[in-house]
Amino acid sequence: METTLRYLLLLAAAVLISFTSRPAAAADAVKGKIAFEKNGCWQCHGYEGQGGAAGKTLAPKPMAYEAFNVFVRNSNTQMPPYPKQILSDADLADIHAYLSSIPAPKDYKTIPLLNQ
Amino acid sequence: MARKDRRRFLTGVLATGAATAVAPAVKAQEKETERAPTALPPTTQVAALETENPGEMAENRIKGTAGSDFMVDVIKTLNIKYCPANCASSYRGIHESLINYGGNKMPEFLTCMHEESAVAMGHGYFKVAGKPLMTLCHGTVGLQHATMGIYNAWCDRVPVIVIGGNDLDAAHRPPGVPTFHSAQDIGAMVRDYTKWDDTPISLQHFAQSMVRAYKIAMTPPYGPVLISLDAGLQQEVIKEHGSEKLYIPKYVPTSPPQGDSGAVKEAARMLAAADNPVIVADRAARTPNGIKLLVQLAELLQARVIDQGSRVNFPKTHYLSTGPAAVSGADVIIGLELSDFWNTVNNWTDNGENGVGENSSRIKPGTKLISISASELLTKSNFQDFQRFQAVDISMVGDAEATLPALIEAVRSAIPNSRKDAIAQRGQAARKAFADQEARAKQAATLGWDASPISTARLVMETYNAVKGLDWSIVSQSGNTSNWQNRLWPLTEHHHWIGRSGGFGVGYGAPASVGAALANKDAGRISVNIQADGDLMYAPGVLWTAAKHKIPQLAVMHNNRGYHQEVMHVQRMASFRNRKSNYGGDMGPVGTRIENPDIEYHKLAESMGWWAKGPIKDPAQLAPALREAVKVVQSGTPALLNVWTQPR
Repeated sequence: METTLRYLLLLAAAVLISFTSRPAAAADAVKGKIAFEKNGCWQCHGYEGQGGAAGKTLAPKPMAYEAFNVFVRNSNTQMPPYPKQILSDADLADIHAYLSSIPAPKDYKTIPLLNQ
Repeated sequence: MARKDRRRFLTGVLATGAATAVAPAVKAQEKETERAPTALPPTTQVAALETENPGEMAENRIKGTAGSDFMVDVIKTLNIKYCPANCASSYRGIHESLINYGGNKMPEFLTCMHEESAVAMGHGYFKVAGKPLMTLCHGTVGLQHATMGIYNAWCDRVPVIVIGGNDLDAAHRPPGVPTFHSAQDIGAMVRDYTKWDDTPISLQHFAQSMVRAYKIAMTPPYGPVLISLDAGLQQEVIKEHGSEKLYIPKYVPTSPPQGDSGAVKEAARMLAAADNPVIVADRAARTPNGIKLLVQLAELLQARVIDQGSRVNFPKTHYLSTGPAAVSGADVIIGLELSDFWNTVNNWTDNGENGVGENSSRIKPGTKLISISASELLTKSNFQDFQRFQAVDISMVGDAEATLPALIEAVRSAIPNSRKDAIAQRGQAARKAFADQEARAKQAATLGWDASPISTARLVMETYNAVKGLDWSIVSQSGNTSNWQNRLWPLTEHHHWIGRSGGFGVGYGAPASVGAALANKDAGRISVNIQADGDLMYAPGVLWTAAKHKIPQLAVMHNNRGYHQEVMHVQRMASFRNRKSNYGGDMGPVGTRIENPDIEYHKLAESMGWWAKGPIKDPAQLAPALREAVKVVQSGTPALLNVWTQPR
């Protein structure tokens, strides 16, 4: 319960911040793709951040960077938290840039295999 | 055997056979004139043996009929079609009788390369055919190999008849290796996860044990059984059992247990009065009829159904089909043969304080819970397959499918006219929710659609497109494809999906798929196996068994090049401990990846007689390869495509 409360406060703070600040300006989507793979994010979320049984969908349109940052550092869901010691701020910002760069998928109605 | 004794035995068997199950065995024998049965009028040769000088007329060195021939007669009365097994000296007597005296039919011996594969083949076969197989193994080293397969069958409530050869007589058995392969009590190894075991010490004892074993295995809740078969007994010459004549007991199926009638009525009243009843089914549909019954119950109540997928319990295309989250809005939940009721209504998050998991509820306070399950009749102490204890409001010990007709009638009687409009409105809401749920699943499938490695959604839907016009059956257990086949394929028939392994012991998938494909071959269906890479490598020899015995299937590798469940566990531990995970030059933690070098599954399969192609990494190459592979499978040859995939 205490953990949940702590997490909710952090998340609320992050959402508030997200209205007033921007993602790290120097974030690089190409480096982010490498960091996404190097740090094992793909293992649950897929190489495209598509998610699945093991992890949530991250892309397209990931959550705002600040909320993303708070979540990754403090997760109390099935995803373990990733402290700075093992995933640097720079890498995290790059990862966010990579996820933001992933284009929206097609409408399923335009894919014949999903309409049979 | 003395001449006088032999004459009495033959007369006795004939007299008994008229009134027992020997008769069908004799009928079967009439069709197979090439072998010498144990229970027929004496042939010229046997008659000569009765009257002439034995030394001059004996045709064999054992001077009579082998006990294992009688064992084969017993087995034949049970109509067991196949015997997948890895050969072993401790059952050489019955092995020889099966293939020579028995004509290698009913059962047909299938050459397996691992005892665990043989058991899993029986497991998969049952889930399609609804009939059990038997397997033979060394009672010691072979049974040790077989144990995980037996455990999976136990957890999945599947009957498999395991016969372990064992040489009990220390004074007469061969020294050396055969003595290493003997034990006092082989059943001890598997007694915690078999329904019953026995060690017959006479042929008559064997006849009783074999029929009893079959009967126990096939009484719901189903489960595996073991017979320890003495090597000496197999090889000894048939003789009388004291003053009794040898006979084969008739097998009569046992009716499955039903829930108590009072409890059924109480449950019906609760369901009829509910505002939002939810049905959860795991192994409710033992047979195709179970699906029909569940549809009746759901439509009567307009209650949404969560199919947890150990069997096809409910058509995925039905508007009342829903996902696990539906329990959160329920006021009454009825669980039918759930393997884990606690985890159905509670949640465990592997991320609490100090790295210990946290519990939370998935349901509203006051939600009433009803359980119908036969599993309580099968609870033992050591292995924890009974899961956490969940208190419920009505608990019925009985087989769900057998109880459903009474429950349906009771619910029909319990619904007052005043409730009928509200129930109909519930159905309308469910139709809309179903349409939304389907659209969401399809849209989610588009994510990563053109990615390389290939997304699991794309893999599954390209495969469906290749077989959709055929009578198909998914013979793989894999939920490791994010369950896309369960979310997007129109699973409506019992054989459309064989469910999971039960005990989640890895290595079940490939051999179970071959067993299920064998049953589908007999039914004229095409088998589709989304084959996990790690699972295949436990005992890939089953690929050879499939080719050897011409058991076709379309195997599409979900080759994510890792043990992904474990990849994530180690990653989680490292994160909890503020440590960077050591990847050792691979793409995941040391010890969890299957890469450097990559396994060329297509070459592996090809070397064992399969048609194979790969590696396929570009999604655009998948459809033409699948078309080609399906044609091969339709010609009777197993085919494998090695596809590089996303992790889940």
